[in-house]
Amino acid sequence: MFSAGAESLLRQAREIPDEELKKFCSRVSKLLQKEDVGPEAIDALQRLFLIVSATKYSRRLEQTCVDLLQTTLCSPACPEQLQLLCAAILRERSPCDSLRLSCEHVQNARQLSLVASVLLAQGDKQQEVRSVGQHVFRVLESRQPEGPSPRPLLPVVTKVIGLAPGALQEDQTNLLSKRLVDWLRYASLQQGLAHSTGGFFSTPRGRQPGPVTEVDGAVATDFFTVLSTGQHFTEDQWLNVQAFSMLRAWLLHSGPPGGPGAPDTDDRSELEGSTLSVLSAASTASRLLPPQERLREKAFEYCQRLIEQSNRRALRKGDADLQKACLVEAVLVLDVLCRQDPSFLYRTLSCLKALHARLCGDPACVRALLPVAQFFLNHGEAAAVDTEAIYQHLFTRIPSELFHSPMLAFEFVQFCRDNLPLFGRSLGILKLSFPNLFKFLAWNSPPLTSEFVALLPSLVDAGTAVEMLHTLLDLPCLTAALDLQLRLSQAASERPLWDASLRTPACLEALRDSRFQGLFQHLLRAQAAGTTERLAPLHQLLQPLAGCARVVQCAEAVPTLLQAFFSAVTQFADGALTTQLALLLLERSDSLFQVPQYEARVHRVLSSQFLVLCKLHPSLVVELAKELLEFVGSGRGIHGTGSMLTSVVWAIGEYLSVSWDRRCTVEQINKFFEGLEALLFEVTQSRPSATLPKCPPQVITVLMTTLTKLASRSQDLIPRVSLFLSKMRTLAQSPATSSMHGEEDAGAVRTRATELLNLLKMPSVAQFVLTPSVEVSQPRYHRDTNTALPLALCTISRLAEKEAGLLPG
Amino acid sequence: MLARARARGWRAQTPRGRAAALAPVLPSEVGCCYKSAVREGRDPPGAMVHAFLIHTLRAPKAEEGLCRVLYSCVFGAESSPDDGRPHGAERDRLLRKEQILAVARQVESMCRLQQQASGRPPMDLQPQSSDEPVPLHEAPRGAFRLAAGDPFQEPRTVVWLGVLSLGFALVLDAHENLLLAEGTLRLLARLLLEHLRLLAPGTNLLLRADRIEGILARFLPHGQLLFLNDQFVQGLEKEFSAACPR
Repeated sequence: MFSAGAESLLRQAREIPDEELKKFCSRVSKLLQKEDVGPEAIDALQRLFLIVSATKYSRRLEQTCVDLLQTTLCSPACPEQLQLLCAAILRERSPCDSLRLSCEHVQNARQLSLVASVLLAQGDKQQEVRSVGQHVFRVLESRQPEGPSPRPLLPVVTKVIGLAPGALQEDQTNLLSKRLVDWLRYASLQQGLAHSTGGFFSTPRGRQPGPVTEVDGAVATDFFTVLSTGQHFTEDQWLNVQAFSMLRAWLLHSGPPGGPGAPDTDDRSELEGSTLSVLSAASTASRLLPPQERLREKAFEYCQRLIEQSNRRALRKGDADLQKACLVEAVLVLDVLCRQDPSFLYRTLSCLKALHARLCGDPACVRALLPVAQFFLNHGEAAAVDTEAIYQHLFTRIPSELFHSPMLAFEFVQFCRDNLPLFGRSLGILKLSFPNLFKFLAWNSPPLTSEFVALLPSLVDAGTAVEMLHTLLDLPCLTAALDLQLRLSQAASERPLWDASLRTPACLEALRDSRFQGLFQHLLRAQAAGTTERLAPLHQLLQPLAGCARVVQCAEAVPTLLQAFFSAVTQFADGALTTQLALLLLERSDSLFQVPQYEARVHRVLSSQFLVLCKLHPSLVVELAKELLEFVGSGRGIHGTGSMLTSVVWAIGEYLSVSWDRRCTVEQINKFFEGLEALLFEVTQSRPSATLPKCPPQVITVLMTTLTKLASRSQDLIPRVSLFLSKMRTLAQSPATSSMHGEEDAGAVRTRATELLNLLKMPSVAQFVLTPSVEVSQPRYHRDTNTALPLALCTISRLAEKEAGLLPG
Repeated sequence: MLARARARGWRAQTPRGRAAALAPVLPSEVGCCYKSAVREGRDPPGAMVHAFLIHTLRAPKAEEGLCRVLYSCVFGAESSPDDGRPHGAERDRLLRKEQILAVARQVESMCRLQQQASGRPPMDLQPQSSDEPVPLHEAPRGAFRLAAGDPFQEPRTVVWLGVLSLGFALVLDAHENLLLAEGTLRLLARLLLEHLRLLAPGTNLLLRADRIEGILARFLPHGQLLFLNDQFVQGLEKEFSAACPR
């Protein structure tokens, strides 16, 4: 366990002075030079490893010491523990310029594997990876049948082809493919011999090793696979495990068109189809790669057998887990095979259809459904399979039932995200299933938020935007409802996934209450309903759960998701949808689940997005005049940060003008003026009280500005607003206001009032500044010094400043 | 059916990679058909583990101290980022270390959030008794994705497991078999806890690199995930015990 002792050890290792390190290195060197390297050397190397690895900065080690580490690593007689440490230290120092290590003379497979681990960690600046690959292959080729096993070398090969896909030559690839066929398909069916210790009491009964068995204990019915078991294993059985573990990577590497670096498939087929290919028939034939085809054939049989074997009831828990992993791998390999050679498709389809049916009835194997679905996504069209039912099952049932499994949630969402381009016609099902997908998000928001940010643009369209926005705003509410659902369900009683410290009997009862059933059903729906429900009653009901950590975490994710939602929606929203969304923002701004700080954070996003929507479709201010007046008149949103109110009032001032919408009338402007005037009056006249928090100064200044803007458009109002502004100025100077808002805030209000008053003294200038024509946003007005704008702005600011300067205080 | 597929140039367009599915998608492109979508990219060359790490998990409320990487092993090396700056070996190494630390920090915060969400009592850092087996199947665990360029060049997936005050994590290539990775991580955690006796008071993981390396060399050689059934695991364990006696 990590304790204070460990912390201090770590610090010592980091802070060791150069002098001391030098001394320590020479001690290590001396120990390594001894003929009989003992526990002392191992202890010293462990410390050296810690010193090198504990810091992110390079440590200077004595060259003799580094050389000795390399010699020890390569010395054939050295015990494994020591070699492991030497390799680890050299690897920890990498990349490192002073390395002289080479694998050229190392023949022992285990040792070569260690040396390779150091060399592969150096990077691939001078084709080190290739040379490691080549040497490993030479050792593999030269191996005597009875010699030591090449088992440790196979992972090196996989790593090499992963790091440098062109590192092996074609004949080498063929050779390994042939070997893999042998290992995969023809491993012994008899168990291996126990390595008898030869003790006096361990009477070797001279018993023949028995046959290998299946995971359920039955005698193996067919060839050996990773799901075959026994007491001891033969070397070829070990190689079988290695071979299957590397199979998929190897198939991808060696598959058509002859590995990376070869011409693209398209080019090649054109070549084959032309007369040219007839002329160069010999070279084409050599590229047909029979060993690869043979490997694919054997891989196919192997996967078939694994699928059959995974249906057996495993005796051990570990084997049951392995069965599932094997099932996933088998389907992935079959997918690769069918992509590389479509002639496998026929044979695979029937098998996978049966597998799908089997998996649908087995909740324990649910994760294997994803690769099966992936297979049908990749090949469904070519194989003319109706895949709709498969996705329907996947998207409707699984998220509702298994949203609480973190790994499944991650894999499921990743599956959706990775396959967006493949869904094609089925994308509709995915889109409609968003309420279900959101369950994963609501329950596992920390790891999935970024995934959904990427997924949202593809999920949302004009038809679902409004419903999705409601759902996003209600996401913390969904988390709470899912929590209740889990508490109620008997199936999940194995272990408490929810916050057991919270007791919520009232909520639980409510879930069964017929009055709320409809709302809960709507909240927990699997597919888009096409309608929206007011969930406010549920907010109240679920309030006891609002403090749950999971609900709070989900609430924290919502603002990010809202941003992603709006940036996607604003790409395609037309006027009608924009208006609808703006209206939704007004409605929902005071109808949110009460999670600590949730409202303030959401308002910040909603208010800025409200302005984006207005900018996108300025007419919405005129179209929503009634609702906006209502919103302003109701005085909602005065308190708190007031960000939503500020945006709405600003938008009114900006877009309620004939220049944006011809339908805008003087009456309308006057009406808004009165509404806002009343609001400003209410805000400024209300006495500070303990129950009501103060109104933020931004709201006051934006109200004043908007009133002035409206007055500049309906100039009869100018005397009224001027009077109001001078009152405001006086008010802001009064000590009562200062004490309520603070000196700075009162100052800001005073300055704004003064500026606006000065502007209004020249109504035509005021109109020009406060209601600029649309062209003003064009760059010409800002670049060209001869156009009116910069000149006007200079004049105005001088005017405003001068007047301000004349005023007392 | 197959003939039809052939006639449509199916063979000629044998898709080369699932990676095509990873390409960023514009909404308008979503409807594109199977062939053109699968054809483009190619698979990630290797599907393996990029790194394994063990790090500290601090108690949820404890703000003091830092997240410490106690052990890490990077299998192979990513090529250096193409940012036009000179790359000394030293800088590359620094980058690798920073990447691992970034993973450790994310795992720590994911684990903490999961613990909080499930309402479990804050983890007790010291186990009551070293004899008590740690229920690894119930340990907090999870997975998350790391986007390309942050902190690794390639997109990666992290699978993690929290056991008392230790975090274990595998950094995987994007399309590895997650079920197998999860099983392997659990196996590694169990082996490390048992063979290093991590739960016994006074044992120190920091000075046991040989054992960690010995376990990794067998159960995760060069980052290769292995399909090991129970008997194979036992066989490898015996082999390990013989090579690294306690």
